[in-house]
Amino acid sequence: MLLTLTTTHRPATDLGHLLHKHPERAQSFSTSSGTAHVFYPRADEEECTVALLLEVDPVALVRGPGSTLTQYVNDRPYVANSLLTVALGSVFRTAMNGRSESREELAGTPIPLAVRIPVLPHRLVERLFTPLGWTADITPIALDEHGDSRYADVTLTGTLTLSDALKHLYVLLPVLDGSKHYYVAEDEVDKLLRAGEGWLGGHPDCELITTRYLMRRRPLVQSALSRLADVDEVEPEELDNALAEPRVSLAVQRREVVVAQLKEAGARRVLDLGCGGGALLRALLAEPGFTEIHGVDVSAQALHVAARKLGVDRMGDRQRARLTLRQSSLTYADPELAGYDAAVLMEVVEHLDPVRLPALEHSVFVVARPRTVLVTTPNVEYNELFETLPAGQFRHSDHRFEWTRAEFRTWADGVAQRRGYAVRHLPVGPADADRGAPTQLAVFTLGDDD
Amino acid sequence: MELKIPDLCLVVLVGASGSGKSTFARKHFLPTQVLSSDYFRGLVADDENDQSASGAAFDVLHYVAGKRLHAGRTTVVDATNVQRADRAHLVGLARAHNVLPVAIVLDAPEEVCLARNASRPDRDFGPHVVRRHRAALRKSLKFLAKEGFKRVHVLRTQSEVDDAVIVPERLLNDLRHESGPFDVIGDVHGCRAELEELLVALGYDLVRDDEGRAVDAVPPVGRRAAFVGDLVDRGPDTPGVLRLVMGMVENGHAFAVCGNHEQKLVRALRGRGVQVKHGLAESLAQLAAEPEEFRARAERFCDGLVAHYVLDGGALVLAHAGLPERFHGRASARVRSFALYGDTTGETDEYGLPVRYPWANEYRGKATVLYGHTPIPDVEWVNNTMCLDTGVVFGGKLTALRYPEREVVSVAAHEIWYEPVRPLVEATPEREPDVLALSDVTGRRVIDTAHRGRIAVRPEQAASALEVMSRFAIDPHALLYLPPTMAPTATSQRPDVLEHPEDAFAEYRDAGVREVICEEKHMGSRAVVLVREDSGAVHTRTGRPFFDGALADEFLARVRASVTDAGLWDRFDTDWLLLDAELLPWNAKAAGLIKDQYAPVGAAAVGALTAASDVLARTRDRGVDVADLLARTTSRLSNATGYRDAYQKYCRPTDGLTGVRLAPFQLLAARGRTFHDRDHLWHLDVLSTLRGEVFTRTRHLVVDTTDEVRVAEGVRWWEELTGAGGEGMVVKPLANLTRGRRGLVQPGIKVRGREYLRIVYGPDYTEPENLVRLRRRALGAKRSLALREYALGLEALERAARDEPLWRVHECVFAVLALESEPVDPRL
Repeated sequence: MLLTLTTTHRPATDLGHLLHKHPERAQSFSTSSGTAHVFYPRADEEECTVALLLEVDPVALVRGPGSTLTQYVNDRPYVANSLLTVALGSVFRTAMNGRSESREELAGTPIPLAVRIPVLPHRLVERLFTPLGWTADITPIALDEHGDSRYADVTLTGTLTLSDALKHLYVLLPVLDGSKHYYVAEDEVDKLLRAGEGWLGGHPDCELITTRYLMRRRPLVQSALSRLADVDEVEPEELDNALAEPRVSLAVQRREVVVAQLKEAGARRVLDLGCGGGALLRALLAEPGFTEIHGVDVSAQALHVAARKLGVDRMGDRQRARLTLRQSSLTYADPELAGYDAAVLMEVVEHLDPVRLPALEHSVFVVARPRTVLVTTPNVEYNELFETLPAGQFRHSDHRFEWTRAEFRTWADGVAQRRGYAVRHLPVGPADADRGAPTQLAVFTLGDDD
Repeated sequence: MELKIPDLCLVVLVGASGSGKSTFARKHFLPTQVLSSDYFRGLVADDENDQSASGAAFDVLHYVAGKRLHAGRTTVVDATNVQRADRAHLVGLARAHNVLPVAIVLDAPEEVCLARNASRPDRDFGPHVVRRHRAALRKSLKFLAKEGFKRVHVLRTQSEVDDAVIVPERLLNDLRHESGPFDVIGDVHGCRAELEELLVALGYDLVRDDEGRAVDAVPPVGRRAAFVGDLVDRGPDTPGVLRLVMGMVENGHAFAVCGNHEQKLVRALRGRGVQVKHGLAESLAQLAAEPEEFRARAERFCDGLVAHYVLDGGALVLAHAGLPERFHGRASARVRSFALYGDTTGETDEYGLPVRYPWANEYRGKATVLYGHTPIPDVEWVNNTMCLDTGVVFGGKLTALRYPEREVVSVAAHEIWYEPVRPLVEATPEREPDVLALSDVTGRRVIDTAHRGRIAVRPEQAASALEVMSRFAIDPHALLYLPPTMAPTATSQRPDVLEHPEDAFAEYRDAGVREVICEEKHMGSRAVVLVREDSGAVHTRTGRPFFDGALADEFLARVRASVTDAGLWDRFDTDWLLLDAELLPWNAKAAGLIKDQYAPVGAAAVGALTAASDVLARTRDRGVDVADLLARTTSRLSNATGYRDAYQKYCRPTDGLTGVRLAPFQLLAARGRTFHDRDHLWHLDVLSTLRGEVFTRTRHLVVDTTDEVRVAEGVRWWEELTGAGGEGMVVKPLANLTRGRRGLVQPGIKVRGREYLRIVYGPDYTEPENLVRLRRRALGAKRSLALREYALGLEALERAARDEPLWRVHECVFAVLALESEPVDPRL
C-alpha cells in the first residue's frame, strides 16, 4: 500500500528536514506491520513529494487454521488501513509529534500539502476530512463489470502543519477502512487521544470517529468520549447522544406485549423458541411469575452470547434454577420442549424458508404443544413507512419472507385449524390506518376440549 | 433342585446375615452380575460394614442395577432384603425397566448363620441382628408373590442350597429362534371369508371339517402365518375365524399375538363387567350359538395369547398396537398395555375416539415392527414399522405382509360389515411428514458405514451443523446426499508450481491403481441434482438451494425432460435419480462472493501496485536506487493482473437460467441401487445420453499410471487445459470405488492449475519465497476427512436406494456437514 505527500512550500525540499528523511536516498525500515520504504519521486525547490510504500508479507499475514478463504485472499496488502498507519506512526513519529531540530519554526507553520492515497475506502472521506480544512479529490475505482468498488484514488489538499496532517491520516485512515489488524485494547484510547489532541474534540463527527477507531467497543468508546469532554470542557451527554437510550423501540414494545400476553394467559413455564441473544429472556427473568424459562436457539454462538449477557455464571441459585439455555432446532422434533404452558416465537418464522414451515409447525404445535403459542412477525405492508428501508427490501437480510397481514392470517388460521388451537391476531407498535402496525402478533390457544 | 428364572430378570436374594447369599451368588452367577450391598458400602465409605453408609450404598447399587436392566442384563442383588420396603424398591426398579423380579430366599437356620458370622472377624455384631433378620424374613415369606415377585424360590436346608441349579427360561414373548419366513396378517375382525381368501392367495391349503368349516390352513413349505391380533368382534363370523386360527396355531402353522378385542372378549366370556360395545355384542351373539365346549376353547385360546412376540433373532417384532424398542422382549403390565392398546395421549378426536401417540414416527429401532389396531386405507412403511390393519371389517381390505420379502398381499372386503365411527379414508388424508428428531443428529454420534466402519461425529461438530442444516439447507426429504470434500494432490517439488499431475499419477500407481481417469474441473460450483417424476432439488455441497422456487422448478423440468427423453426411468427401473455434477458458470452461485471478495481484491491490488510502480519509476529516473523494490513491485503488479484474469475467466453473464450449464459426471443412485461399482467411463457414457441446451460435457482422458508415455500424455493434457485458463482436473481411479492395501483409496485427487491457484493462495503465491513456505502445507487432515465423508456419502446413498427411513439417510448427510466444520486449511 502506498501514500505520497507533496508540498509546494519553498524551498519544498525542507520536507526532508521535517520528516528527517533524506530526499536523495531510498530508505527501508522494518516495522511491526511490514517493511516500510521511504523515497522521493520528486525533490526540488518548487515541489517535493515523499512516498511511503509498505510491503506486507501476504503469506505471513495470516497464521493458524482459518475458517474461510477470505482470510487468505483479501485486500489487506493493498488498501490504506491500520497496517499503513502503524508504519506511518513509526517512520514519521517525530514529524507527527511536531518536532524538528533543523526546522523548528516550519514544523509549527501551516504549509500547502497534497496527500495522495491510491486505494482508499472513500465513503466517508469528504465528511471526515473537509471539517479539518482538507479538500478531497476522489476518483472511484471500477470493479470490472460490477460497477464501482468501495475504493477510490483520493487526493487531499490543504494548508496545514505537517504534524496535523499526519495525525489526521493516522486516525482517519483506519476509521475509513472500518477495521484493524490487531486487537483493540485499552491503550488504543490513549493513542486516539494523543493523535486527536487539538482537533478531534471539535470535529462534528467526533463520536463516529471515536466509535469506528475503537472498533465499536462500547466501554472504550465511552471512556474516550468522557475524556475528550474533560479536555474540551463539554458535557459528555452532548457528545454521547447516540449512546443514550433511544425512545421506546419497536423491539421493546414487542417484548412488552409478549410478556403481557403471557401473563394474561397465566403461563408460568415458558419457552422462548429462537431466543437469540436473550433480550426476551431478560424480560421474562424480571417477572417472578415465570417459574421456568427455557430458551432455545439453533445457534450455539447466540446461546453463548445470551449466557454472557444474562450473566448466567453470576446468577444466584434460585434465579439460575429458573433458566434453561439449550441448543435446539425448530425443524427437528425435540421432546424436551413438551410440557410447557406457553411458547414464544418472536421474530423467528420469517428466518425459515417457507418449505420448512410445516416442520416448525410440527415441532411447536404437535411435539411441544403448549397451551399458548405467541408468534410475532413483521407486517410487510408497513415497510414503506420506514424511511431508511429501500422499497422492496426486507427488514433483515436473513428474512426469507415478510408477510402481509392477510398472509400471516392464512398461515396462522391453517395451523390453528389443523392443530386444534384457537387464534387471535393483535397489532404491535404504532398502527397506521391503512397499513396496520409494524409487527403482527398471533396468539394461539389450545382448544378447551383438549 | 431346579430354580427356574426368566432369562432376563432381576434376582433378589433374601436371607439373614450369614445365610450364605454371597456364596450362593458366586456359585451361580457371573461376578459382574452380582451387586452386593457390602461391596457398595465399601465403594462409598471404604468399609463394607459401615452401616451408616447404607443409604448412599443402596443409592449407587440401585443406579448400577438400573443401568444393567436398561441394557437388558440379568442382575442379582446380594443384600439381606428381609425388609418389605427394601424389596419394594427393587420390585419397582424391575418394573421401571419392564423386567421380571424373582426372589430366591435362603432360609438357613439361625445357628448356621451365627456360626458363619463368628468365623468372620469383620462381622462382630451380636446374635440379636441375625435373630431380627430371621424374624423379619419369616414374616415376609408368604407375601413375596403378592409383592410382585414373578417367581419365589425358598431354600430351607443346606442340602437344598447345595443341590440348587439355576435354569434360565425363555420369556413367553421370546421366539427369536423362529426365523420365518412369515406371512403376517392384519386385523381380521371376524371376516372369515376374506381370511380364507387371503390364505389361499398366500398359497395356504385350507383344511375343512365334516361340516365344511375351515379348521386349519397348511402353509407352503417352510412358511408360517402370524396374526397381529383383533381376530374377533364386529365382523360376521368371529367363531369361524377363531376356529380356523386356533387350528392353525395348535398345529404349529401360525402364531398369534393378543389384540385388545381378544382381551375384552375373555373378560366378557368370564362374565366380568365390560361395556358391550365396539362390536363385542356381535361376537357374544355368534358365540352363544356355538356349543359350550367351543366357547371354553375360544376363551382358553384368547386368554393364552401373548401380547407381543420377538422373532427372527430379534429382527421382527409383532404387537397388536405396535411397540417401541425399549419394550421389545420385555415383560411388564406396561409393556402388555402398550402392545394391546398403544399409547394414547389422553386427547380425543372429533369422533370421540382416543388420539393415539404416533410412536412409529419416533421409532428408531433395528427390528421391523408389524402391527395393526388403527385402521388405515393403505399400508406404508414408517421408520421400519408397518400397520397392517386396512379395515376389512369397515369395507377396506385384509392385508398380509410377506416377511422377509416385504411383499404386500391384500384381498378386498366383500362388503362393509360394520359402519366405522370415523371414516376409513379421511376427507383430507394428511399424514405427518417423516419427522426427524433432534436426537437423530445431536450429541456424539457414531455411524456404521459399509465401506469404512464406524465414523464418529463430535458433539461440537454436530452443534455447528445443526445451525447450518436448520437455517440454510433444503428440506431433508430432498437432501439425500452431500458430496465429500476432495483432497489435492501431494505438493509438487517442482520450483514453479504447487500442484502437478505427476504426483497424483504416482500416488495412485503406488496404491496399486493402474488405470485412472482425468476429468476436467469446470470451475463451476458442485451441484447435486435429485430428479423425481414430479419434484426434485438442486443443491450445493452444503445443502443450500441453487435457485429460488420458480427457477428451480424450471431447471428441474429441463433436466427431467432430458431424463425422460434418454429413457433413464425405464433403463434403471426407477422414479428418481440422483446426479453428481458441476453447475456453471461459477458466478451463477458465487456472484456475491466475486463482487464482495475476488473483484475488490483485484481492483485494490491493481490500483495500488500501478500507483506504486509509477512513483518508483519516477524515483529511479531521478537517479535514486530503487531497482530491487521496483522489480518486486512490477512483478507483483503482473501477479495481480494474473489474479484478475484468473477469476474473470470463470465468470459469464447469466440471466435466469440462460447461460446456466450442468455438467453431470456421476450417476449417484436410483430406487433400489447405487452405482459406485460402475467405472467412470460408464457414468460419463450414461450421462452423455442426457441431451439439451442445459447440459455440457466433461472432457476426460484415461491414463495408465504404469506407462510413462501415457503419464506424459496426462501431464500434457493438464498443461493444455490449465494453459487455456482451465481450473485443473480431478484424477480418479477408473474403476470408481477402489480398495487398496490400506483400505479405501481416495475417490479423487484434484490437480489445480498454476494460474487458478492465485485466487486460492493469493496473487503473489508464485513468488519463489512464498512457494517455499506454502509447500509446507499439510494434507493429512484433509485426506482423512475426504475418506470419511466419502464413506458417509456412500452410506447415505445406499440407505436412500434401499428406501430406508428418512432419519437413517439424514444422519449420514448430517454427519458429512458436521465433519465439514473440522478446521482444515480451506485452501486445500
